[in-house]
Amino acid sequence: MCDTCGCNITHANQHLIAPGGKLHKTGQGSEALSVLKNLLSENDQLAAHNREHFDRHGVFAVNLMSSPGAGKTSLLEASVDALSDRYRIAVIEGDLETENDAQRIRSRGVEAVQITTGSACHLDAHMVHDALHQLKLEDLDILFIENVGNLVCPASFDLGQHRNVTLLSVPEGDDKPSKYPVMFRAADLVALTKVDLLPFLDDFSTGRACDNVRALANASPVLELSVKQSDSMVPWLDWLDQEVEHHRQRCQRGETLQPKIQPDGARLHTPAT
Amino acid sequence: MHELSICQALIDQVEALAREQRARRVVSLVVGIGPLSGVEARLLKQAYPVAAAGTLAEGSELDIEDRPIRVHCKSCGEDSDATANRLVCAFCGDWRTDLVSGDELVLTRVEFVREQAYV
Repeated sequence: MCDTCGCNITHANQHLIAPGGKLHKTGQGSEALSVLKNLLSENDQLAAHNREHFDRHGVFAVNLMSSPGAGKTSLLEASVDALSDRYRIAVIEGDLETENDAQRIRSRGVEAVQITTGSACHLDAHMVHDALHQLKLEDLDILFIENVGNLVCPASFDLGQHRNVTLLSVPEGDDKPSKYPVMFRAADLVALTKVDLLPFLDDFSTGRACDNVRALANASPVLELSVKQSDSMVPWLDWLDQEVEHHRQRCQRGETLQPKIQPDGARLHTPAT
Repeated sequence: MHELSICQALIDQVEALAREQRARRVVSLVVGIGPLSGVEARLLKQAYPVAAAGTLAEGSELDIEDRPIRVHCKSCGEDSDATANRLVCAFCGDWRTDLVSGDELVLTRVEFVREQAYV
């Protein structure tokens, strides 16, 4: 698809180009040009480039998103401990400041690159691309990207990952998916974390949390996890095993996978030429 | 929020178009925003003059076109209006829907003045 001939016009946005045609004069001698350009196209192009890097080396890339303190780093620590005997893993850590999270991961014997964003509230494809230069992708099976703790902006930026995982820790409340629909619509898996605290919370219903995810037309799995209860980690680790295997098969067929949110976007938005 | 960086991407695209069309100056532009794009129209309007300063788009007007949220039901096949946190079919109530519109963030129209020779 291109940006100029109109082949990117879908039934949803046809009305935009109907009146006046593509280029016409206005009263004051100025001219109007009708265009349809995805404003994030520059980021999306670099994200696609990152994804090509991952696919060439058979690396499965997961983007972890949540509010600050929902347990992303703890989940990664537990996952690294459980998986590092069978997979080669690296982590990219995004935070506004400090190397703390990268140090926590490195102490588990896994390579970690810290991106400190300064004031930026999300990672973008450029930052991840720069971080990739510090990693040997040919030596990796799984790359975890821990996004900046934020339930708003990270949802809008494709990084080149294959899957989005969104964490919701139970003290945050079961209505978080309704409050942050853009984020929870983007999730390929929702992890309800810190479920060991459920006995102390009389107002969190895992059923309601799941219903609120479904109300966003999201059919992704909703898992209940606690890093303090190793049994609860099994469905999460099984999901990763399955995803890594599927990704290997895709790479062998020369195919790739964009995170869940992308198909809609690809249909409605076209990459800039 | 990331509205300023989105404004910069917007200005980049507008300037590229303006150069392509040999425009002297950008008069106005229209951006379509759906509630599920994750971008706040009000903040985008605030950030716009800052990002436009010193470019061909300096002083131009940014118009926002709000896009509706519409879903297509995979169960009953109907299209209906929906809200950001309830993307369910208005006809049969099923949540298995596809988004038809509402997550757009697109530059749809640019108005500009051409170089003298072209007016």
